[in-house]
Amino acid sequence: MNDNDCVLRVEEIHKSFGDKEVLRGVSFDVRRGETKVFIGPSGTGKSTLLRCINQLTLPDQGRVWLDGEEVTNSGARINHFRQKIGMVFQNFFLFDHLTAVKNVELALLKVRGMSKAEAREKALTELRQVGMEDWADHYPAEISGGQAQRVSIARALAMDPDVILFDEPTSALDPELTREVLEVMKRLAREGMTMLVVTHEMGFACSVANEILFMENGVVAERGTPDMLMHDPQFTRTKDFIGRFETYRQGD
Amino acid sequence: MDLAVFTFDVLLPALMKGLIVTLQLIACSAPFGFALGILVATGRQYGGRLISWLCKTFVFLIKGTPLLLLLFILYFGLPGVGITFTAFTASVVGFILCNGAYNAEYIRGALISIKDGQMIAARSLGMSRWQAIRHVILPQALRRAIPGLSNEFIYLIKYSSLAYMITVIELSGAGKLVATEYFLYTESFAAVGIVYLVLVTITTVAVNILEKRLAVPGMARGTTAAQL
Repeated sequence: MNDNDCVLRVEEIHKSFGDKEVLRGVSFDVRRGETKVFIGPSGTGKSTLLRCINQLTLPDQGRVWLDGEEVTNSGARINHFRQKIGMVFQNFFLFDHLTAVKNVELALLKVRGMSKAEAREKALTELRQVGMEDWADHYPAEISGGQAQRVSIARALAMDPDVILFDEPTSALDPELTREVLEVMKRLAREGMTMLVVTHEMGFACSVANEILFMENGVVAERGTPDMLMHDPQFTRTKDFIGRFETYRQGD
Repeated sequence: MDLAVFTFDVLLPALMKGLIVTLQLIACSAPFGFALGILVATGRQYGGRLISWLCKTFVFLIKGTPLLLLLFILYFGLPGVGITFTAFTASVVGFILCNGAYNAEYIRGALISIKDGQMIAARSLGMSRWQAIRHVILPQALRRAIPGLSNEFIYLIKYSSLAYMITVIELSGAGKLVATEYFLYTESFAAVGIVYLVLVTITTVAVNILEKRLAVPGMARGTTAAQL
């Protein structure tokens, strides 16, 4: 692999909470424009892994590199890296006191130092990207979960990140709202955004992922293209997991 | 003396002078008390161990000291160690400390009520801790603290009368002087009481308007569950 198009490198991340070792050495490289999807049972460290990448959780061991610069142990420069690593959360975490457009503007004004007019224009452009420009002046409490998640995607996009981390972006949404959020994410993937996605949406994973990483007990147990994981007989655990998962879903 | 003459020629002019002093005391104390409250609450909640401890101790000491005693210390006690305040300044300093400490507790309660996700989202966008507190946490917390803060502001209106005990002739003091000079206690103190009531009423109405104007859908006043 050409080193130049490796935008994110994650090396041997370990993380424990108390006695529980949640991550036991996870490594991978992410090429520019690639979408990697993380699946696996709950409690296997997928969300923790994402948070270790932008240092919202400090890993005990291991290193993270963004565009050849070390993100781990970067001190105050972490704020610089976080601008380049967008994050979208399961519960949206929109700023409750701000309208949709101001949610997107805030970091542009305060972190990027844009003028008000510039920030407003950029924010509206990003809201248009996710189909939320008509809702620009609504507060988080006035929009649906799917709309809120799209605003939070716009908020992440506005910083022109090198990569966006999606932490179970549709787990708090019903199927209808899930679909509208996944549509936006699929389009981003097609347009070449680099994305790391933790999700239980297998349909999305199979259609969008360049690589699926199946995590179990704090390590990547199996990894490969969706096609490999679904059909190659050497991979069994992912299929097992998905099988159990689908049975459960159908019985739901 | 005719009661009308007493009221309009003696009592009201005296109370008006006193009221001006009371308003000056409040105007000099309230903004700094508000700022101090924010600083202490934020320091306690988000500061390092030392700052947090200092803020906690400050609140503990002020809470544990009668305001009157605090004023006596500031006005009569401090000259003993070479610090001399005018009576007005000593009152204002005392009110700021007291108002600030209580405000801090209301604001701290509001800070605690803000969910972690707000800070996490702000930091994930590259904001510094301080930027996150300044632009995301405090604007939400202060809205939630309005009822408590307005309560404390109303207390300030009333405990400003303690300034009289260290010789500042404010509203209550002015009333007391007139009352004793003319032996018309009931009339004088009733009039003083009415003025305080008017001040408190104005405050209550103003806070209501402020709260409505700052209301955000889904937060406090704006929630739909408020109708349940």
